[in-house]
Amino acid sequence: MTAGLWTNWIIPGIWITIQLTVYSAALAAVVAFGIGIARTHHSRVVRFLAAFYTEVFRGTSALVLMFWLFFVMPGLFGWALVPMWAAVLALGLSYGAYGAEVVRGALNSVAPAQREAGVALSFTPWQRMRLILLPQAVPEMIPPFNNLLIELLKGTALVSLLGVADTSFSAYLVRLATQESVEIYSVTLVIYFVIAFVLTRGMRVLERKTKAGIGITAGAAGAGGTR
Amino acid sequence: MNNWDWSAVADFMPAFWDGLLVTLQVLVLGSLLSFSLGLVWAIGYRGPRWVRWPVNLFTEFIRNTPLLVQLFFFFFVLPEWGVQAPALTTGTLAIGLHYSTYTAQVYRAGIDAVPAGQWEAATALSLPASRTWFAVILPQAIRRIVPALGNYVISMLKDTPLLMAIGVLEMLQQARLASAHSFQYAEPLTVVGVAFILIAYPASLLMRALERRLVR
Repeated sequence: MTAGLWTNWIIPGIWITIQLTVYSAALAAVVAFGIGIARTHHSRVVRFLAAFYTEVFRGTSALVLMFWLFFVMPGLFGWALVPMWAAVLALGLSYGAYGAEVVRGALNSVAPAQREAGVALSFTPWQRMRLILLPQAVPEMIPPFNNLLIELLKGTALVSLLGVADTSFSAYLVRLATQESVEIYSVTLVIYFVIAFVLTRGMRVLERKTKAGIGITAGAAGAGGTR
Repeated sequence: MNNWDWSAVADFMPAFWDGLLVTLQVLVLGSLLSFSLGLVWAIGYRGPRWVRWPVNLFTEFIRNTPLLVQLFFFFFVLPEWGVQAPALTTGTLAIGLHYSTYTAQVYRAGIDAVPAGQWEAATALSLPASRTWFAVILPQAIRRIVPALGNYVISMLKDTPLLMAIGVLEMLQQARLASAHSFQYAEPLTVVGVAFILIAYPASLLMRALERRLVR
């Protein structure tokens, strides 16, 4: 491979992949916390709607959703999305639904007495969530969130099928230019692997930080710490 | 929502059933491949260091890289190595290999959950390695991991549309061909999207029920 292929296609492709991962992860985090907290709401209607959302978006395939947002929405509702944002929306909504299950599980795993203590101290529901439940639940969420983040990173490769020039798309172009499939696809796989490795390291640091925030040190972390 | 056309849905249905059949075919064969390969990796994890280390590296690599890129890798590289396989076979192999790295983790967890006394008892009875695995350890491990394996089959179902990238005529590709033919994009894609939910949701309910029954 020549230097031109790297600077013109592969490096910008990696940058697009990183952008897609960051934007979709941000949207997915918002969805995950919103829907996940809604699933612990006391109103049955709110819980049902949130559960309905998770089942629909976990049930369908991210690629089908992406195609649907890109090809069908303009025709049905009259507004079109550029491929990049259709992709971010599809990835954010579907991985957000997976994340909502993680948030719900972690919130439910906080000891009930903690919530009752909040009630006894006459905290508002929002104060209970922010000051008591979330600080204890968030460290529990980090390892499963890490898995989801890696899945999300792998999911960003799907956007190349909509013609977004990410790492996979540039690999396709480079293959057309050089006719050397083994080389470029091996390089591409390694690029994704390195990004995934860096993300995993980052999440480990985040886990240690959030645990330290509630007084659990790495040594006493127990089963949640290694994954 | 005023331009929804039911006749376009009707026109798409024959192609849809063909696509569903291909999807299910990929799913069944891919699952079988991932179940058996995953077991190989899981046994490899318990092997001596010179086995464990490469198996770990290989499965971590496959698990942390996109299935789509792996599909292209096999699709373009296998012919260069002189293996001429139809896209359907290549796709099934790739998806089976990809998911075997997930099922390997499930097997590993299931095998680790078998009490150490069982291994010791097998050693005390001087059972050969194959009998230890197939008569003592696996029967106890499999029971706990069936629901987890089932969940990966559902994930695999949702990844089968990726095979359209290499031209396999599964549901999504059928929808794309139908819309390119009739210029009606909404109906075929919506049918496929709904079909995924209709298959995946009852399947996940089934897995939850199994989980309650088998894992205790």
